[in-house]
Amino acid sequence: MYAQLVETGAKRLKTLEEMSPEEREFQLKVDAETKIEAKNWMPEGYRKTLVRQISQHAHSEVVGMLPEGNWVTRAPSLKRKLQLMAKIQDEAGHGLYLYSAMETLGADRDEEIDKLHAGTVKYSSIFNYPTLSWADMGTVGWLVDGAAIVNQVVLQRTSYGPYSRAMIRICKEESFHQRQGYQILLDMMREGTEEQKEMVQDSINRFWWPSLMMFGPSDDQSPNSQQSMAWKIKRKSNDELRQMFIDQTVPQLEFLGCTAPDPDLKWNEERGHYDFGEIDWQEFYDVLKGNGPCNKERIETRKNAIDGGAWVREAAKVYAEKKQQKQQNAA
Amino acid sequence: MSKTMTQQEALQEYLLRLADSDMILGQRLCELCGKAPALEEEMALMNVALDLVGQARNWYEYAAELINDGRSADDLAFKRDANRYRNALMVEQPNGDYAVTMGRQFFFDAWHYFTIAALTQAPDERIASIAAKAAKEIQYHLRRSSEWVKRFGDGTEESHQRMQTAVDDLWRFTGEMIEADEVEQQLFKAGIGPDPEQLAADWRGLVNEVLTEATLTPPPEDAWMYRGAKVGHHTEHLGFILAEMQFLPRAYPDAKTW
Repeated sequence: MYAQLVETGAKRLKTLEEMSPEEREFQLKVDAETKIEAKNWMPEGYRKTLVRQISQHAHSEVVGMLPEGNWVTRAPSLKRKLQLMAKIQDEAGHGLYLYSAMETLGADRDEEIDKLHAGTVKYSSIFNYPTLSWADMGTVGWLVDGAAIVNQVVLQRTSYGPYSRAMIRICKEESFHQRQGYQILLDMMREGTEEQKEMVQDSINRFWWPSLMMFGPSDDQSPNSQQSMAWKIKRKSNDELRQMFIDQTVPQLEFLGCTAPDPDLKWNEERGHYDFGEIDWQEFYDVLKGNGPCNKERIETRKNAIDGGAWVREAAKVYAEKKQQKQQNAA
Repeated sequence: MSKTMTQQEALQEYLLRLADSDMILGQRLCELCGKAPALEEEMALMNVALDLVGQARNWYEYAAELINDGRSADDLAFKRDANRYRNALMVEQPNGDYAVTMGRQFFFDAWHYFTIAALTQAPDERIASIAAKAAKEIQYHLRRSSEWVKRFGDGTEESHQRMQTAVDDLWRFTGEMIEADEVEQQLFKAGIGPDPEQLAADWRGLVNEVLTEATLTPPPEDAWMYRGAKVGHHTEHLGFILAEMQFLPRAYPDAKTW
């Protein structure tokens, strides 16, 4: 997940006849479900779209550590602290793994991070919401990682080989995080005090809609989707994925004994799906544009970490060069 | 400590020291989440922190069994105030810049390495097995922090200056780590824990070696040392660390589970 609006540069699909021989060969390969590898020819638009999507995804993993870092120093037990630390470590690993996949496309991690700090590339809007209580560590695991998984399970079949393989590995860990998150909430709902139960419901109230926004704009407002689907970078539309998420999540919500802040949420026998209310798209676009509760803080924190660490990285580089020089002199 | 302390009491006290130092250093490293100078360092810091809190849990669990007054490992971590905490002063010092973070880590890792190595030989099987697992982790911690001290010391002019300042500032907290009090003397006589003289010599030897290779000047051994953690007299930092770390169990005393 974590890539909500990825520009493809194409507003209309080319037909096979309109394509160059190389483009046609590429498209036929994609259609035949043959994975595209780094050394293969690919249209420039495909490459750029993937770089945008994978970098958004990688940035999201890294920025996503911050709302959890907000509670890792206050985790209420040794077990929960260790779980949260392990989750954060996994996320840093996902970030590294995704940046590597992105670099197979000729992009540069440092340049992409500079763009993130300059605000010219995005990360998932969900991480611009504050984590205000411990229950949020459960909700983030359950709803946010849950939404991410719905998308990422599909992305395991994405057409670009290195991205697809990264997704397979990442999905295993994300499912584990989701179960842990749900367990945090379940334990509080089953054995917790009234205050703890209120904490859980309040957390769900705050994260419900932002989680649904993680799937991006509705299909009729998603002009880039068609090209991404044709290239099989995307495999299912935003609305399809959102519906899948809601359908699988509502029974879990009921099992918790909690409610969603959506009076229109109800099972539709005819459709075989849950109906749900209209997302506040104004809020979605505001947060995406930088006007979310924590956009400023998140980027500032990341920028300070990287800028403030410049002398550290420089020292490591100079030391490595000196060491190499010494070895050469000794040889 | 009174000389009438039984071996059991001495052991409980010692286990809490081991656990508390692991816990507080792990907590300090958690504060750096999302703020490390590179993504690789995010991974490494959280990895070390995880090892430390994991070790803390093992020591707390054993301590809770021996103390046997109804308190759990979590109670020991989350419901003791600063005057009951027994961590080294070194680990409660703020993260500072990355030279301070790594200097603090290195001084602690060097102590931890020799201490845990000795504990793997303890006749108490529980201690020996916890130590054996920890020893492998600490070997990596020490290799990593020594490397960073060398990188900074022998890196750029700026990093050298920062590292030397960190070493000089942190030096006053090293004394109490390698000075055995009665608890440690008593346990050593019972075959548990390092030979105090040997520990001090090993620690000094390693620290001198690494600082010298890093082109840093080791501070004088007879420098004034800050003491007090072993009897619960901490620096002003610990109270704030605990206020944050223990917030939830303190704010919701009726909560039985989290």
